[in-house]
Amino acid sequence: MKSPPFEYARAASIDEACALLAQHGDAAKLLAGGQSLVPMMAMRLLRPAWLVDINEIAALKDIAVDERGARTAACARQVDIERDTALAARVPLLGRALAWVGHVQTRNRGTVGGSLAHADPSAELPLVAQLLGAKMRLRSARGTRSVEADAFFGGPMTTTLAPDECLEVIEWPAWPERRLGCAFVETAARHGDFAMASAAAQIGLDADGRCTRVALGLGGVGMTPLAFPALTARLVGSRPTPADLDDLARDAAAQTEPNDDLHASSEYRRHLARVLAARALRAALEDAEREK
Amino acid sequence: MSEALYPITVEVNGVQRTAQVPARLSLVDWLRDELRLTGTHVGCEHGVCGACSILLDGEAVRACLMYAVQADAHRVTTVEGLAAPDGGLSVLQDSFCEAHGLQCGYCTSGMLVAAQALLDANPRPSDDEIRAAIGGNLCRCTGYQQIVEAIRLAAERLQEKRA
Repeated sequence: MKSPPFEYARAASIDEACALLAQHGDAAKLLAGGQSLVPMMAMRLLRPAWLVDINEIAALKDIAVDERGARTAACARQVDIERDTALAARVPLLGRALAWVGHVQTRNRGTVGGSLAHADPSAELPLVAQLLGAKMRLRSARGTRSVEADAFFGGPMTTTLAPDECLEVIEWPAWPERRLGCAFVETAARHGDFAMASAAAQIGLDADGRCTRVALGLGGVGMTPLAFPALTARLVGSRPTPADLDDLARDAAAQTEPNDDLHASSEYRRHLARVLAARALRAALEDAEREK
Repeated sequence: MSEALYPITVEVNGVQRTAQVPARLSLVDWLRDELRLTGTHVGCEHGVCGACSILLDGEAVRACLMYAVQADAHRVTTVEGLAAPDGGLSVLQDSFCEAHGLQCGYCTSGMLVAAQALLDANPRPSDDEIRAAIGGNLCRCTGYQQIVEAIRLAAERLQEKRA
């Protein structure tokens, strides 16, 4: 057996999961899809005394979509989000990002909340949350609170979740623009592997082709997924040229401080950030321009 | 050492199996070591290679990334469950032989399970869809081409059978 010993509890409700977390505190971890947690247990990077399994809680599987956006309960499987056409119409960036997340077998099991709570800075869903300003509802026996993505991510594998808190629901805002385009691109050794760098962009246009809103995000090149609201604001009201998009990509990449590791040097990651940001921005603009 | 044991009842290849398992026993180890269903292979044991792929409630998942205790009240199909009741090869399995979709055989059970999940959901997959379906399964022998051909052949044969 690869994992260290632990006690197992299958929670039947969110209240029960929260009660178990309140009881065991730091000694307990929530087990969602397990696609990151179980490998970390197998490598003995984690040794929780308790695993609280939240896979059988029906209320944590809900996906609801309206004109304001999508609300995905934390244990909704990635595959269910991928297949939800109503969600794809309102928050298309989620589906574009999921195409890069792992493989069929891991998306069948992996959850949206698990990916966010794991907070790998190179992961796709945290980048989408950061770029769109998703709101997380956190629940504990003490009550509930809402946290914006920016405040949720604290660093690599680190979030604002307290040991007794459970991520319950994620609200993904929809943009109202009819002419909306988005794109997600990344570079990895093999499709589905950890990204060396990734970029996401979303652009809204008015009838004249002027930007009403622009968002750009970069993953894998900082301690958390990064968004650049101060830089993207300068495109609002303009019809951006390819050179404008390249300039924005260059300025965003210049603000990153990627790590060196076995897979890529810091310098190479910053290069990827610039190239991928430019590609994502161009693809998002083309996508928006296709909507007449 | 005395680890707590948890009772489970799992439908495995159509048969209800009950057991008492320690929480940390992975699903693949339970299938192989306790049920002696050794067709499912163990490769990396941390979710990279895909050799341990099984169907959980009809969807392909990695059996090394689940604990056996989590499979309680669920339905599991292993590569043994793909064959005909008399042990004869399924159309998909026979297509792997026909198209030389295997060499050493280590990845084969995972490839078959991934391909079965694809064909169940999508009887006429494109080559891109076939490649995406086995994208999480590593093969170090074939170069993948014959595996793609085998799955395409199986799809064609199954179409003919239905017609």
